[in-house]
Amino acid sequence: MKKSKVGFLFILPWLTGLVLFTVVPIIAALYISMTDWSIIGDANFIGLDNFKAIFNDPMFYRTLLITVRYAIFAIPLTIVTALVVAISLNNQYRGTGVFRTIFYMPSIVSGVAVAIVFKWILDPNYGVLNSLLRLFGIPGPNWLYDPDWVLPSYLIMAIWGASGGLYVYLAALKDIPKELYESAIIDGAGLMQKIRYITLPMLTPVLFYNMVMGIISAFRKFTDAYILGGAGEEGIFYMVYLYNQAFSFYKMGYATALAWILFVIIFGLTLIVNYTKKYWVFSE
Amino acid sequence: MLLPFFWMISTAFKPDNQIFTVPIRWIPSPIYFKNFTKAFEVIPVIKYMFNTVIIAVLKIGGEVFVSALVAYGFARFDFKFKNVLFIILLATMMLPYEVTMIPTFIMWSWLGLSDSYVPLILPAYFGSVSFIFFLRMYFSTFPKDTEEAMVIDGANYLQIFFKLILPLGKPALVTIGLWAFLGTWNDLLGQLIYINDPAKYTIQLGLASFSNMTGETLWGPLMAVSFIALIPVVFILLFAQKYFVEGIKMAGIKG
Repeated sequence: MKKSKVGFLFILPWLTGLVLFTVVPIIAALYISMTDWSIIGDANFIGLDNFKAIFNDPMFYRTLLITVRYAIFAIPLTIVTALVVAISLNNQYRGTGVFRTIFYMPSIVSGVAVAIVFKWILDPNYGVLNSLLRLFGIPGPNWLYDPDWVLPSYLIMAIWGASGGLYVYLAALKDIPKELYESAIIDGAGLMQKIRYITLPMLTPVLFYNMVMGIISAFRKFTDAYILGGAGEEGIFYMVYLYNQAFSFYKMGYATALAWILFVIIFGLTLIVNYTKKYWVFSE
Repeated sequence: MLLPFFWMISTAFKPDNQIFTVPIRWIPSPIYFKNFTKAFEVIPVIKYMFNTVIIAVLKIGGEVFVSALVAYGFARFDFKFKNVLFIILLATMMLPYEVTMIPTFIMWSWLGLSDSYVPLILPAYFGSVSFIFFLRMYFSTFPKDTEEAMVIDGANYLQIFFKLILPLGKPALVTIGLWAFLGTWNDLLGQLIYINDPAKYTIQLGLASFSNMTGETLWGPLMAVSFIALIPVVFILLFAQKYFVEGIKMAGIKG
């Protein structure tokens, strides 16, 4: 058999999967988003009515706002946290290995259990966080039970999980040529100057990557929000709303339209960030 | 960083009068095991963990093997439209899971398979895009001489794949196998959509439904189950961390 045919056979499983699980569903999603389908019964074609309804739906704006607000705070906070942790653990002192394992943990240990543990940590009366605050004489807030404190509750979890990307940063730090630091020292640069003028610019490609990933995961946030919720509907992130529309109310058409809007938002933001790349991301 | 785990374990081994107390009690005394028995009465913890393992095992073998096949195809062969197809593959990495989620669900419902593990397992047998991408990069670094020598000796490409590529690629295959396991163990959305029958629940679904089963939240037993659910993952972290670290280096994510 010709080598080119063999190669095609090797990729055939993926190609089949692409058609079955991507191409066909996407075409179906285009159609479903223009119907009033509810699983049972027939689908009636209603054109763009779902989209019109969404743009008149206060919950759409509400859940989108909750998600966007979370993204605006969580992305910079997690990037800065990860950066600080990575720079602190970059040197090979005794015991760094243990700390690296501990800080890397959130990328492996996740899911429902972690969300539940945080719910208990944030318990207003018997949770460990408010107990610690009480030691310092600070009356802790009601966290997830107070609409104003729902967002900070989620941000605490986000910061805890921030160091999960540790090794990506460490790998990038390792790639920074030592000569740069050496010549900086000769020129009399201090620690902060080295970080400001060498480390940060050299890390911009990784920062860019994490920013894009951060946008995607913030807009797709589901597990924590589904488990934790939050007072005053403040915990209804966009994906939770979408999930409820589809699988609690069986409004398949409406939910699919919501999914398309989410896709356009994520895609648009990624394009914008990508466009800004040339202004701040260092490339050799 | 470790506080959540400490607090979880501490709560899991405390009776209620030590859990709900101000100021808090850090170390349980005496150590109390009834939360675990209570938890096992609420949900069949072991069965749910076993269900998750079944899904993971059935899924991972196929996912790793097929992804390797496809990656080998992209790494070593030239065929028509190869570049276009590879760009499509990259594009699908960006692609919206949420957009395909509902049509895919409807498709499985039509096939009568929505309350089963099939939708969670079968798609893996068509390869995973991110794994293909990762393995293609890894396979491309292999020297070509041995392969060429094997061709001259009359080996076909499938034999080369089995005898050379798979053994050489073992570290990368283990890495993605572990990723796949964690993906299954920690996934909620997919399992939530497809599994309705409590007998088929996974550990994530068990945990998610725990409070509904008991009405009020029983923190002691709930922390006990969370603790059990995290044990396998923590073991993976402690004993297989090097594979993840190597994986990140291999992937060479530089934006």
